[in-house]
Amino acid sequence: MSTDYKRLASDGLWDNNVVFAQGLALCPTLAVTSTATNGLGMGLATTAVLVVSNLLVSSVRNIVSPAVRIPVYITLIATLVTLVDMALNAWVHELYKVLGLFIALIVVNCAILGRAESFASKNTPLPSMFDGLMMGLGFTLALVILGGVREVLGSGTLFASASLLLGKAFSFMELTIIPGYKGFLLMILPPGGFIALGFLLASKRVWDRRKA
Amino acid sequence: MTTETKTPLLERVPYQTILLGVCAAIAAGLLLGVDNATREPIAQRKMEDLQVSLAQVVPNELHDNNMVAKPLLLTGADGKPLKVYQGTKVGKVTALVWETVGFGYAGEIRTIIALDPDGKILGTRVLSHKETPGLGDKIEAAKTDWITKFTGLSLGNPPEDQWKVKKDGGQFDQFSGATITPRGVVKSLREALQFFAAHKAEMLEMKP
Repeated sequence: MSTDYKRLASDGLWDNNVVFAQGLALCPTLAVTSTATNGLGMGLATTAVLVVSNLLVSSVRNIVSPAVRIPVYITLIATLVTLVDMALNAWVHELYKVLGLFIALIVVNCAILGRAESFASKNTPLPSMFDGLMMGLGFTLALVILGGVREVLGSGTLFASASLLLGKAFSFMELTIIPGYKGFLLMILPPGGFIALGFLLASKRVWDRRKA
Repeated sequence: MTTETKTPLLERVPYQTILLGVCAAIAAGLLLGVDNATREPIAQRKMEDLQVSLAQVVPNELHDNNMVAKPLLLTGADGKPLKVYQGTKVGKVTALVWETVGFGYAGEIRTIIALDPDGKILGTRVLSHKETPGLGDKIEAAKTDWITKFTGLSLGNPPEDQWKVKKDGGQFDQFSGATITPRGVVKSLREALQFFAAHKAEMLEMKP
């Protein structure tokens, strides 16, 4: 059976998007998306973990009994994330200072276990890694959109402090959309996250229906 | 055929038990190994971070010692042990640096404060906090210059009862939409200055 990579890509990025279609990983989604930059950082860190965890799970899928697969996957993923956390802290400390906050949150991301369970445990390593990459990028896309909407409405800026995450060269991304804006506190607090997510989910439904 | 009635390997309980055990053992082994390998570098990085923050609040020309090397160990106002880093130049104490903790909107705000021997603030920086991004995080030096406005002030300047945010009748700016955060920082700085006033002799004593 050949793998339909195009299908995997469109599933991960849009049709079966982790946040917008599966409604998974809402905890990290709502917690960090007060700015687009935070969304981007969380999304990229999650993508990296998702690719590696899908690779691991798909490599051991034939020796893991279905009855104990969940504890095995959880051990794998939690170990992986902890190792990444320690290694980054020790050897790539500058990156750790920016991403460290997100890495601890990745352990509780059910989307990673979700992909291990529904895809990597039934497929060979290569398609699994590709699925992880696409799902991760779809997650990043959703977080950046949600973060962007909340940031523009909440503080009138877009990609604030992007240069802290990506380096000085990216300071051109930091935009002030509404100069002299007083801020709209609700959008930055968690309830604003739920409200924005609700509108985005509704918009996606409308968009998909129009296209169909 | 006996093999047909036999349970497949993957469904046998002993196999599953051993599988889980092996997985846990491998995970534990990896974590132990990497923890061992990274403990030194992580401690080193923390030390460097501390040195970087110290350098931000104490100008280099003010001291000629390694401030991180021999901290004074005192008991803080909260009864917990407190590390005070002394900056010395030609055998005289020129700067005192320690960490002070305030409470903001979302938990602890750790701030580093540096005083000269007369109790004047040389500089102060927020080390870590969990305040709302976009509102409370204006206390970070990377985001606004709010925290730098404390430089040069002391417990008498402004008077002690003015060490509050404007909303509470003091003289420090709050942020629109975020009063609790700056209030917490100002309070912790005021407490640090009071701590210095009470323990001046101890803190200025030269360590051999």
